[in-house]
Amino acid sequence: MREALKYSFIKTIPVMCGYLFTGLAFGLLLQNIGYSFIWAFFISLFVYAGSMQYVLVTLLAGSFGLPTVVIMTLLINSRHAFYGLSFIERFKKMGRLYPYMVFSLTDETYSLLCATVAPQNNKEKWTYFFIALLDHFYWIMGSVAGAIIGNLITFDLTGIDFAMTALFMVIFVEQWIDAKSHIAAVTGVLSAIIFLILIGPDKFILPSLVVTVLILNLLRNILEEKKVEGV
Amino acid sequence: MISTGRAIIIIVVVAVCTIITRAIPFILFGGKKEVPKRILYLGRVLPSAVIGALVVYCLKGIDVTTAPYGMAEFISICLVAVLHAWRRNALLSIAAGTVCYMVLIQIVF
Repeated sequence: MREALKYSFIKTIPVMCGYLFTGLAFGLLLQNIGYSFIWAFFISLFVYAGSMQYVLVTLLAGSFGLPTVVIMTLLINSRHAFYGLSFIERFKKMGRLYPYMVFSLTDETYSLLCATVAPQNNKEKWTYFFIALLDHFYWIMGSVAGAIIGNLITFDLTGIDFAMTALFMVIFVEQWIDAKSHIAAVTGVLSAIIFLILIGPDKFILPSLVVTVLILNLLRNILEEKKVEGV
Repeated sequence: MISTGRAIIIIVVVAVCTIITRAIPFILFGGKKEVPKRILYLGRVLPSAVIGALVVYCLKGIDVTTAPYGMAEFISICLVAVLHAWRRNALLSIAAGTVCYMVLIQIVF
C-alpha cells in the first residue's frame, strides 16, 4: 500500500501543481464574494469539478433560478459522461471504493487513470484509488488555501496552471506512440478543432465528443480489425 | 448576497448534477449483465480521442487573430510534445513546458 501511495504521488505531481493553483484561484474568488474557507472546503469536497466551481462562484453571487443551475451544471460537465465508458469494467474490481472512483472522475484523474495499468491485483487497485484521492486532496487544499491566504501571495504564478495542459499533452503523446492506429486520436483532435472554430470556445466540447463517438462507432470494423488498444 | 440556505441548496444541486454526469455510463452499463461489445470497444478507443480533445479544450482561450497569436501556448505545447517523444519522462516534459510557458507570458509576450 505504501508503495502504491508513493507511485501515485509521483504520478500526480503535475496535477498537484495545476490543482493547487487553480484551487487557490477558486478559493480567492469565493472569498472575494464573501464566502469563507469553510465554504471553499465543503464545495471542493462535495462538488469537486474545476471549471464548474468557477461558474458556481457566479451562481452564488447572483440570483439564478434552480432550473438554470441544473442545466448549466449538466451542460458544463457533460463531457464527464464520456469518461466512465472506459472504466465500466475496471472500476468493478474496486469493491467498496467503486462509488468514490465514479464520483472523483475529473478530467485530470481520468487521464492519469487512462495512463495507468488496469487494476488486477491489490497494489494496482490502491494505485487507482490513491491517484483519485490525492488529486481530490490537492484540489481541496488549494481552494482552502486560496480562501485563507490567497490575498497574501505576491510573486507571480501566472501560467502555472499550464501544467495541466502539459499533462494532457504528455498522455496524448504516450498513447500516440503506443497505439497501432492513430485514427481515434486524430478524430478526437480534428473534431474538437472543427467544432471550436464553428461554434466557439464555450459550447464546442459536447458536440465534438458526440461526433467523435459517432465516427468511432462507424469505424468499428476497421479499428477492431487492427486490435487497437485504448491504452 | 443570497441567503445561506439558498447558497447551500445551489451547492447541493451543483454537486448532485455533477455526480449524475459522471455516473451516467456506470448507471447505464454498469449493472450485473454483460456490457455490450460496442460499448467496450468505445471504452477502448475513446481515451486517445478524448485526451486529444482535452488538449484542444485547454487551449480554447487562444486568440489567433491578435498578437501574440497564441505563440506562448503553441511554443510550449510543442516543447512538451517533442521533449516527451524524445525522453519520455513525464515530469521533465511537464515541468519544462510549464516553466517555458510562464516565462513566455510573463516576460516575453
